[in-house]
Amino acid sequence: MEKVDVRGLSCPMPVIKTKKLLDQGVKELLVVGTSSVSKENVSKLARSSGYQVEMKVDAKNEWEMELRK
Amino acid sequence: MDRTKWYVLTVGLLIGAIAVTLVKLGNPPNMGFCIACFERDMAGAIGLHRAGVVQYMRPEIIGLVLGALLASLFAGEFKSRGGSATFVRFILGVFMMIGALVFLGCPLRDVLRMAGGDYNAVVGFIGFIFGVGTGVFFLKRGFNLGRAEYSHSQGGGLALPLIMVFFLFLLLKATVFNPDAGGPLFFSAEGPGSMYAPLAFSLGAGLLVGILAQRVRLCLSGGIRDFMLIRDNTLLLGFIGIFAGALLLNIALGFFQTGFAPQPVAHTMHLWNFLGLYLVGMTATLLGGCPLRQLILSGEGDTDAAAVVVGMIVGAAFCHNFMLASGAMKAAAAGAAASPGGPGIYGQIACIVGIIVVAAIGFAFRED
Repeated sequence: MEKVDVRGLSCPMPVIKTKKLLDQGVKELLVVGTSSVSKENVSKLARSSGYQVEMKVDAKNEWEMELRK
Repeated sequence: MDRTKWYVLTVGLLIGAIAVTLVKLGNPPNMGFCIACFERDMAGAIGLHRAGVVQYMRPEIIGLVLGALLASLFAGEFKSRGGSATFVRFILGVFMMIGALVFLGCPLRDVLRMAGGDYNAVVGFIGFIFGVGTGVFFLKRGFNLGRAEYSHSQGGGLALPLIMVFFLFLLLKATVFNPDAGGPLFFSAEGPGSMYAPLAFSLGAGLLVGILAQRVRLCLSGGIRDFMLIRDNTLLLGFIGIFAGALLLNIALGFFQTGFAPQPVAHTMHLWNFLGLYLVGMTATLLGGCPLRQLILSGEGDTDAAAVVVGMIVGAAFCHNFMLASGAMKAAAAGAAASPGGPGIYGQIACIVGIIVVAAIGFAFRED
């Protein structure tokens, strides 16, 4: 599974970095991040691109999600 | 439309209506909220510039930061963080203010001006869209100011909110240190700086909008950026909501007046209305948020955003000390000819220099 690390990145970098990989047709992707804003935005992007989102870690200042198509 | 979108739209409508209410209560016309103008007034209030007509310690700004602080504390989102090219962000803040004061308003005031019927604001808005588009071009090329780190101490994140509390204390206490020269706070006797809603309303409006904007992550440059980048219109609905809310109330209260001139605290130099907000749009996109969003983020503990806010306040002082800010149009009066307003030669040069410097930063911070 490919992985993208968006920890500490401000808006809209997490979405851009994730989108880059989704646009390449990646089927499975692990996204690791920190802020709740980026969590909302990345999961919104993934759902609108037809991916299933599963939260692996969902703490206050740390999250990991798996995206699958 | 899902719930989030309704929520953002409603918040927008409310903010638009609150802004016009503030004008009704005494704020300058089409300036219920203007982040750039109000930070400029604050710069004047603490004497960083001595332009006598634009000095007031705006409680709206204090309220916005403290509202965002409260909302983020309750939501568990307050977290002191920073270290993402902080000084570069400060410089971008300076140029964002120069662009805003060449246009005479931040993106929020641009929406409010359009909702007041000011066609000059439409010209500025087109510039803003092009500016955000240029920012998106850099983002797509891999522009990145780098990662911020969470701090082991919350102290840094509280610094700007505490400064705002101190400003509020000075405003309420009204102590004068120097009876001859005035200060620590300076107040305008005339001009936009002398026009303000009662303190309790201004502060309350700031707090409420700060809380709402923090919850829905409202951002005016973000609205256009997200639509361009990922065809997401959530934040754009906030933009539309503010416009609609302000428009309705402006019409109801008789403030709505279409045309290029006369318009309050505005100028008719189309090129500079366009380029002023072009600079703001490009800078805001590289910074990840418009002037309003930077205030909200700094209330959430983002010290990089706080650097942008301070950069904008310092930028405002440069604007007035170095004659960079545009003048507002004036009708002919006894002994004085009418003036269309606009930036002088130094303001025009500063705006072009700003566009070049910000573009250079856009190119320089390319990753991979």
